[in-house]
Amino acid sequence: MTAYLTLSMLLFSIGAVGVLIRRNAIVVFMCVELMLNATNLAFVSFARQHGNLDGQVAAFFVMVVAAAEVVIGLAIIVSIYRTRRSASVDEANLLKA
Amino acid sequence: MLDQSWLLIAIPLAGAALLLMWGKESDKFGHLIATACSAASFVFGLIMFIQLAGRDPADRSVTANLGTWIQAGTFSVDFQFTFDTLSSLFVLLITGVGTLIHIYSIGYMADDERRRRFFAYLNLFIAAMLTLVLAGDYLVLFLGWEGVGLASYLLIGFWQHKPSAAAAAKKAFVLNRVGDLGMALAIMTMFAWFGTTSIAAVNEQIHSVSGNVATALGLLLLLGACGKSAQVPLQAWLLDAMEGPTPVSALIHAATMVTAGVYLVVRSHDIFDASPTARNFVIAVGLVTLLVGAWIGCAKDDIKKVLAGSTMSQIGYMMLAAGLGPAGYAFAIFHLLTHGFFKANMFLGAGSVMHGMNDDVDMRHYGALRTAMPVTFYTFGIGYLAILGFPGTSGFFSKDKIIETALATNIWVGIGALIGAGVTAFYMTRLMLMTFFGQKRWQKDVHPHESGLTMTIPLMVLAALSAFAGVISLGNWIEDWLEPATGHLEHVEPPLPMLAITLIVLVVVSAGVALAWFIYGRGNEIATEAPADDQVSVFTRAGRAEMYGNQINEALVVRPTTYLTRALVWADAKLVDGLVTGTADRIGELSGELRKPQTGFVRSYALMVLGGALVVLLALLAVTLA
Repeated sequence: MTAYLTLSMLLFSIGAVGVLIRRNAIVVFMCVELMLNATNLAFVSFARQHGNLDGQVAAFFVMVVAAAEVVIGLAIIVSIYRTRRSASVDEANLLKA
Repeated sequence: MLDQSWLLIAIPLAGAALLLMWGKESDKFGHLIATACSAASFVFGLIMFIQLAGRDPADRSVTANLGTWIQAGTFSVDFQFTFDTLSSLFVLLITGVGTLIHIYSIGYMADDERRRRFFAYLNLFIAAMLTLVLAGDYLVLFLGWEGVGLASYLLIGFWQHKPSAAAAAKKAFVLNRVGDLGMALAIMTMFAWFGTTSIAAVNEQIHSVSGNVATALGLLLLLGACGKSAQVPLQAWLLDAMEGPTPVSALIHAATMVTAGVYLVVRSHDIFDASPTARNFVIAVGLVTLLVGAWIGCAKDDIKKVLAGSTMSQIGYMMLAAGLGPAGYAFAIFHLLTHGFFKANMFLGAGSVMHGMNDDVDMRHYGALRTAMPVTFYTFGIGYLAILGFPGTSGFFSKDKIIETALATNIWVGIGALIGAGVTAFYMTRLMLMTFFGQKRWQKDVHPHESGLTMTIPLMVLAALSAFAGVISLGNWIEDWLEPATGHLEHVEPPLPMLAITLIVLVVVSAGVALAWFIYGRGNEIATEAPADDQVSVFTRAGRAEMYGNQINEALVVRPTTYLTRALVWADAKLVDGLVTGTADRIGELSGELRKPQTGFVRSYALMVLGGALVVLLALLAVTLA
């Protein structure tokens, strides 16, 4: 049990650090997925521990949302790449005050 | 027919509306319509007057109610018109002199391209003035009161292309507002105390309330009267009002509108009877104005301004008489009527002179006009004799009566009125000598000529009236006629026999004439340029400056108000706006600070989200563990 949770925490931390330090939008995106899946792992582990299905259901919801998010996120990244010839998240900074 | 008095008003009002709304096609005959309306009103008024005279004296007051004007709770104002002995005289004066001046204006304004509009305004004035004198309710009276103010404003500023005329109109309007404030407060006071503003009801109930109410009402009404009648301290507008066309000066600023204040005092005589204090104020105002007006008349070289000063002075006589109470009301009205005739006559005469002198108003450029303009000279001469009180003329009867009554009531007031008569004689003689006698001092290209018949016929009619209107005082007709409206005339015994007083007045008047002849007659040269201010006496300077009325207004009212306004503008800009814009500025600065973390870098946002999540997590842990 502790092993699962430790793995989940490690994966989440790797994802979070990746989001913070990587510039390439695709990589940042993958890190976000990593964090989502880390939480899924935690959900499922807790569900198993408590012996009910709530966590499993939540994990499914997260997957659905993640799938939708991938579609939209990739579309945005592609369109940014088309206009700017770059997938760096630092260069898409027009939306600042 | 006597209860149809609203028709008197409706006819000229319809004339005014017609002329104002009918387009250019009516330019050719508009003046005839206006004159016909005024004349129709006069004929109608004359018929009503005769019918009224046929009635029993106690029955000589007919009130017509045209329905409710304002209805609010227990307060209601009716459109009431009262045709009684007092208003009937005014109706005849207004429509009679008004019609003559309409006829005169046909000639005088012949070359003015806006003549139709002028006549529309004249008709509007007649309608408003008739509303004023026929009103049976103070609020209806106020309607006419404001109506004549509007007509006066429009007509003073008729030549609005001249900045001086536009300014004079504005000045008259603003100063009249000050007086109107008094009127409005008086009407509100009446409502507060009596719950009604009907003239008859207020005058009936005034004796049942405390004298202080009567005094307050009297003083407020006097303030209104001062504004309308150009009495001290609200006198400053009348001399500037001479910027208007001369027929306007004759009709509005001599014969009718400016006497509305006297009418108001006489109409509200029960209020003034109930308050000796208010009456004393009326006397004081009348006496001061009488002397101030005469003083100004002595110093001016502008013929119209001399006449305007004289008008102020003569209305001062009327106010004085009205202030004398039951002994003087009838004489105030009598002098008002005769003054209406002789002053209108002289103003129209002055207009005729100006017409012949290319609209020059400076008497120093006149001289020797008696041969060039004989009709104007003779008619003006009759007006001159009348205002002097030459035995037999109308002014002789009316002014003597006032001086006698004043002497009988208070010796000092009487002496003031007597001095006024002497000064009047001086400045009027000065005007006559400078205009019609002496050497020609005409400017280049001036060829005086007698005016046309439309202008001279009204002059002749008015001259006849100035000469003979005194007959209405024979056998005390005027006193008896006015008795139902102004109450019984109390006879007061003068300190000297009547004949002695008449002789003294004549001596004083002759002294004034002789002094004027000594200075301006005798073949003396009169300079065509007025001596500069530093070469004349301090008295002349004061007279030229209109007794510093403008300066006093400027110092006491205008400048403090300006400073107050400036202070308020400053307070508004710095305090009120400061608070509002200050708040906005602070919020702006705060948001500027908040803007800084918005770098546009996605990763910094992500860090903030992570940090936020960690803080929430720690908070949850702290709460759970605690």
